[in-house]
Amino acid sequence: MSMSLLVVQILNGLQLGVLLFLIAAGLTLVFGVMNFINLAHGVQYMLGAYLAVMFYTLTGSSLLALVFALLAALAFGLFLEFVVFRHLYERDHLDQVIATFGIILFLNQAVKYVWGAAPLSLPIPELFSGSIVLLPGLTYPIWRLVIIASGLAVALLLYILVSRTRLGMLVRAGANNAPMVSALGVDIRRLFMIVFGFGTMLAGFAGIMIAPILSVEPGMGDTILILAFVVIVIGGIGSIRGAFIAALLIGLADTLGRSFSVDILRLVMAPSPARTVGPAIASMLIYLMMALVLYFRPTGLFPPKGR
Amino acid sequence: MSRLPIAIFLGFALLPMAAAFGAETYLLDLFMRVMIFAIAALGLDLLVGFGALVSFGHAAFIGIGAYAVAILASHGINEAWISLPVALVAATAFAYLTGTICLRTRGVYFIMITLAFGQMAFFLASSLAPYGGDDGLTMHARSTLFGLSPFKHERLFYYIVLACLVGCYCLCRALVVSRFGRVFRGARENATRMATLGFDIYRYQLAAYAISGALGGLAGFLLANATDFVSPAYMSWQRSGELIIMIILGGLGTLHGAIIGTLVYSLLGEWLSGLTENWKMIFGPLLVLVVLLARSGLLGLAAQVAAWWRKQHAEPQA
Amino acid sequence: MTAPVLRLEGLNKNFGGLAVTRNLNFEVAAGELHAVIGPNGAGKTTLINQISGLVAPDSGRILFAGRDVTALSVPERAALGLARSFQITSILPGFSVIENVALAVQARVGSSFRFFGHAAAEAALNAPALAALDEVGLSKRADALAGQLSHGEKRALELAIALAMQPKLLLLDEPMAGAGRDESRRLIAVLSRLKGRFPILLVEHDMTAVFALADRISVLLYGQILTSGTPDAVRADPQVVAAYLGEEME
Repeated sequence: MSMSLLVVQILNGLQLGVLLFLIAAGLTLVFGVMNFINLAHGVQYMLGAYLAVMFYTLTGSSLLALVFALLAALAFGLFLEFVVFRHLYERDHLDQVIATFGIILFLNQAVKYVWGAAPLSLPIPELFSGSIVLLPGLTYPIWRLVIIASGLAVALLLYILVSRTRLGMLVRAGANNAPMVSALGVDIRRLFMIVFGFGTMLAGFAGIMIAPILSVEPGMGDTILILAFVVIVIGGIGSIRGAFIAALLIGLADTLGRSFSVDILRLVMAPSPARTVGPAIASMLIYLMMALVLYFRPTGLFPPKGR
Repeated sequence: MSRLPIAIFLGFALLPMAAAFGAETYLLDLFMRVMIFAIAALGLDLLVGFGALVSFGHAAFIGIGAYAVAILASHGINEAWISLPVALVAATAFAYLTGTICLRTRGVYFIMITLAFGQMAFFLASSLAPYGGDDGLTMHARSTLFGLSPFKHERLFYYIVLACLVGCYCLCRALVVSRFGRVFRGARENATRMATLGFDIYRYQLAAYAISGALGGLAGFLLANATDFVSPAYMSWQRSGELIIMIILGGLGTLHGAIIGTLVYSLLGEWLSGLTENWKMIFGPLLVLVVLLARSGLLGLAAQVAAWWRKQHAEPQA
Repeated sequence: MTAPVLRLEGLNKNFGGLAVTRNLNFEVAAGELHAVIGPNGAGKTTLINQISGLVAPDSGRILFAGRDVTALSVPERAALGLARSFQITSILPGFSVIENVALAVQARVGSSFRFFGHAAAEAALNAPALAALDEVGLSKRADALAGQLSHGEKRALELAIALAMQPKLLLLDEPMAGAGRDESRRLIAVLSRLKGRFPILLVEHDMTAVFALADRISVLLYGQILTSGTPDAVRADPQVVAAYLGEEME
């Protein structure tokens, strides 16, 4: 276990964490403000990736692909909101779960229908391809650093938006008491749409950013969705700060756990069982973390007040 | 037992005879799987329909039961009187342990946490390289009972599963009207009131959660024997979602609705998948519509139709 | 002198920056009907919630039937004999009237971890339930669905539920709230009959009821007990008159 491997894995963990934050932020925002549990958020992420591939194939430019994919993802998200989701805000959570589950089934299949089941790939933008040398003997892909940087930038942007702007104030107020905000003359429907659109864009953005390094395939949103759920449950549903901290925690724990579980276990047991038990424990690690947090704090680390 | 459940079980019982005229093996296999999932669905209806505990990780119990059988089989242990109890204990223990955490939470948290624990079981199974990992594990022999192989005979196996289904149904029925069941149902109506009466709701919900886990484990035991194969996919969250849809489709909180829902969902799936490769594109929106429009499921719809019919044919008052 | 069935010592509760209960000392003697009155915002419901266990005080002690119950949960206190009604009626609307009460009986007799047998048909549970319904005049409605009862009937049902618990102390949180004149009169009649059977802590706004029923009255103001005494003493107390601006004391 060398130092550079450790640093690489820490950076990888941060990258996963930042990705999770982008997805979880949208989820927790939508839940916090509209009390709407959106299982289909994962397919927004998947769509972002597919749209990026599609627009790149059409335009040949990474930048254009990013812009168009983001806009298209937003448009599609708003379309879904208009056609399906807004009818569900008043329903109980079970209905929302079933309906959005149906949307997942539909979209995963639709994506297979349109683009085929084979995984697609997207090249890393020219400007950011290759690796840079961080330390002697340690190189790291530039694109992954870009992902980390953009994720942190988005986090900062969200922080400023939510705590310093009027819109952010409305979002926070709506999260606590939507009918009251509506009674004060604010167009709640528009507020919800803006919040939802923003969340959708965040997920789409995550998908676009990850597309160059992951294979783009149907169902890619499902696993990460559940990770995002774990993030917001640990962080506290409705709390963006909680989502940020929990996302980084989970990204690091999962990555480091998977890389070093066998090595750590070898300190206490023989190599052979360590090789079996290691991956098993690594796969369960974040869920065990979640269980631990919830045992002491059933509403997460930073539950928003007044709920 | 009222007439509808009896009719359902009778239908299942007579199927093999009707099937003898057609594709017997295929039909027996299909309906046997329906019954197996119906056993798990009963357990889930207990939680969701009677307790308002929306568990989105139910497939994990099926998977754990199935893996228990397959893992023992891979070590040469095939006797059902060992593997069945192990399957049940494993599933129940998992339910109990995860339940102690899940049941401290409410509402959306509960849904998400059960989802997460289901996923944990999935990943655990995927990481068990000695037992197939991602690819799953094939069982080379089905469970034996004191040296005999009842599960190798199609019809006998079928009727064993039917017997299990009827037994589980009766068990759940009894549970629901018992003292225990009344407290559990009361907690759904008004948890605060139940607490101020002196009931520690948490213990009752945990017991119900464990029982539903056991039912899932039984289904898993039967499933492993029916398919000679186990894989992490048995515990995927999509499977858990499908189970929830099955019980809503039939009618929540009725028990036989869970069986009907499983039947309709499975048959519909079979039929649609025969029509087109992209059947999930039809299925998806169909589910959304069911939820938006027919919230009390098929039984609810049937009740509405029956009431309308009675009104049409009622004697007009002079 | 018998020990008080309920004693609160130095109870404190803050919500955010607001002190809702302040160094509160209070007692309910055995066998008495003790009314707590006070203007809106005085902290009456919070007080009841702390006694029954729904809200945990920041500091102080709650002694019930000789035991320190401050750390006990709601069900644990209920099992010791603490029954309560809610300001907004809290029943099981999907259950029948008699099942609502039978559940209270079931809680008292214990052993609810029975998985077989038809609970709704158990005479051992239904008979005491029916008796409680009789006391409040609801026995004719035993098989009706609780959710379909009128407002006054639901109030009576809550009372029957509390009775079926055979409480050592009954907490009543504004039972007259929203009741019309006839309903109030009926409730007062029922409560008069129950008086003396077990101690009752009555939180109320309706002064007719308070003066008709109370053995002792305590006045709650800004989270503290202003004064306690017999109805006549309280009525005449100038501090109390001032606190209420003289209006409600007529």
